[in-house]
Amino acid sequence: MKAAVLVFPGINRERDMARTLKLVSGSAPNMVWHAEHDLPAGTDLVVVPGGFSYGDYLRCGAIAARSPVMDAVRAFAGKGGLVLGVCNGFQILCEAGLLPGVLMRNENLRFICRDVYLKVERSDTPFTRGYNAGQVIRVPVAHGEGNYIADGETIAKLEGEGRVIFRYASPDGMIDPNWNHNGAINAIAGIVSERGNVLGMMPHPENHVEEAIGRTDGRGLFAGLTAALSKAA
Amino acid sequence: MKARVTVTLKTGILDPQGKAIEGALRSLGVEGVASVRQGKVFDIELEAGDPKKAEALLKEAADRLLANTVIENYRVEVVG
Repeated sequence: MKAAVLVFPGINRERDMARTLKLVSGSAPNMVWHAEHDLPAGTDLVVVPGGFSYGDYLRCGAIAARSPVMDAVRAFAGKGGLVLGVCNGFQILCEAGLLPGVLMRNENLRFICRDVYLKVERSDTPFTRGYNAGQVIRVPVAHGEGNYIADGETIAKLEGEGRVIFRYASPDGMIDPNWNHNGAINAIAGIVSERGNVLGMMPHPENHVEEAIGRTDGRGLFAGLTAALSKAA
Repeated sequence: MKARVTVTLKTGILDPQGKAIEGALRSLGVEGVASVRQGKVFDIELEAGDPKKAEALLKEAADRLLANTVIENYRVEVVG
């Protein structure tokens, strides 16, 4: 794996992400500053980490999405390159037009920082091959704007094409408004692009990868990516 | 030349901030408020003096950055 982790002013989860990538894949990622016009040669995975790029000014992710490096990411994704956006990274990918829809203020207006349960809808993607379809994983969220929404037509398309990859669920995998913490439409926690090579998700799988933390449910995502990329290489 | 871009949420998009403000007005005893929708106002100083050019520039600014047209509408005005 030759990952590139994008770094924007105000981002604060890039080191967690880099640590996890190194731990699971064995190779440390390149950290790529937002003002760069190119990704390092040979990059096979771009990760847009979480945090508060530009202090969430204007709209979450709006200013980061217009950074020079995002043109390179757009070109990379256009060629089928794998892109993972977590939390603010998901917001940035939506603002950049790489994923449809938008993340609105949480329905209860509160910043939510806790573990959530996610139902993995599909295991036949490079991001989720480390899981079984229908499996429930427990990972943390930390966001104020995670309430996913798009117009009805887009939602119907996402659902029809099986592009909802993660949903907020109960511990036994039931989709229930009580477990949909931020009020996202159809309990959507993560979606992929039309070609399936760009994943955006609000929860932080990179924070549940070590026994010392108590849980390792997030590891499957990075192990799956590592396997997918070593197979492709 | 001075200009103003007003960005508002599209109809039908849930506005939790507007709802909270609405609730706060009610609890303050400000009566007669049926609903509140929150938006943004950008006051912009332009170098150009040509109103036609100014309008085109403001539209570009709004389309490319100031508004997320998935959920927001905008209105541009050249104030003079």
